Amino acid sequence: MKPKVAFYWCASCGGCEEAVLDLAEAVLDVAAAVDIVFWPVALDFKEADVAGMDDGAIAISFVNGAVRTSHQLEMARLLRRKSKLVVAFGACAQLGGIPGLANLTTASGVLDEVYRDMAVPLRESREDGATLTLPELFDAVFALDRAIPVDYYVPGCPPSTKVVADAFQALLRDPPPEPGTVLAPNQAMCDECPRRDRRPEDVKLARFYGVEERAIDPADCILAQGFPCLGPATRAGCGARCIKGNMPCTGCFGPTSAVRDYGAKALCSIASIVSGNEVEEIDGTLDGIADPVGTFYRYSLPASFLGGQAGNLPHGRQ
Amino acid sequence: MPEEFEPKIVAFFCNWCTYLAADLAGTSRIRYAPNAEVVRVMCSGRIDVQFILKAFAKGADGVLIGGCHPGDCHYQEGNYKALRRYRLVQRLLPQMGIEEERLRLEWISAAEGDRVRVVINEMVETLKRLGPLRKAEGERAADLVEVA
Repeated sequence: MKPKVAFYWCASCGGCEEAVLDLAEAVLDVAAAVDIVFWPVALDFKEADVAGMDDGAIAISFVNGAVRTSHQLEMARLLRRKSKLVVAFGACAQLGGIPGLANLTTASGVLDEVYRDMAVPLRESREDGATLTLPELFDAVFALDRAIPVDYYVPGCPPSTKVVADAFQALLRDPPPEPGTVLAPNQAMCDECPRRDRRPEDVKLARFYGVEERAIDPADCILAQGFPCLGPATRAGCGARCIKGNMPCTGCFGPTSAVRDYGAKALCSIASIVSGNEVEEIDGTLDGIADPVGTFYRYSLPASFLGGQAGNLPHGRQ
Repeated sequence: MPEEFEPKIVAFFCNWCTYLAADLAGTSRIRYAPNAEVVRVMCSGRIDVQFILKAFAKGADGVLIGGCHPGDCHYQEGNYKALRRYRLVQRLLPQMGIEEERLRLEWISAAEGDRVRVVINEMVETLKRLGPLRKAEGERAADLVEVA
């Protein structure tokens, strides 16, 4: 009997689903090797089908997206109960991702911003005698492992084709990887950067630029050109795809295993290459980084020590 | 009568200057507020921003960094590295809802025992004015782990 596999999405954009389809022909190999029992984006199985299975009947559930509603929490718990292994797939499930930036405010702050001067959806409404309810929007966005125990992580926004294919291989291997493993190379993105040899021994910068401020030279180390490229602080595995697109690394693969709080470490690595020794000089250089949280915690705010607005939130990852 | 709020300060002091200053304050029997827990590090340049944010996350109301005066670093330039990180993290903290005054960097040499007293006392006053960093349980967002 082929192992049963499920895919599910919580708070995500759908890019992770694309990443699975991006396996192209290889996706057919995956489909041939396993029995896909649940995949809302592609197949017509329902929540009730999953609920009807025996506990542990699913070999692996791949869950992408952060958890920010009561329904996502319910689904995460359901899949956890029915699955032998749960894999947090993609940056949002692993670290909270882009939706996690909502932790800089509260649920009502988000609703006020999005629905300002407009009709706000009601949690509960009645239609022809039936009561319709919307899930609760939590005050905070959570990485998947704050909602349920997670066995493995596949990083990336979205995970690269190679990382996805390698992850499938690793999970089928005997013995399986150590529980809790992030299924991507445990080294810095710079190590696989095609411009690695153009990186000066000692990068020192007197000014930072936004990518909108000036053209990026297509051959030289992007960091050495003054754009805060987070390659030195970020896990490899993406194949340096942003660099190949002539854009700086924004850190979607998260930290290597030596680091607990990605943004703090990325901030250290950028601060360390500022050239000045005087406060005014340093501040002038740092003016080039307009939005520190958005720069360093773009994908990882909910999984950080503080988690977002420090006073408002439960602790982040400890 | 409600008890007065006593802020918690985590103080990272470098081995060669500020920690010795705190030692001097002690042997000189200088009295100052008991709110700071001192963590000795070899150099202020060793202070990873993770240390600072974890201290806040674990319940510190303020974090104090003490290093050697510019030019005096035992390792030549560790204190400059600390300064650059400090200036950048000061821009991050307000976005996270943490007032800049909760993080302070001071250069205190081994001879400046009394400066330790002044700085810690000042910081305690500042933090009492600001109040606790974290809202009381029940006023802040619920944790999923607890929702279960």
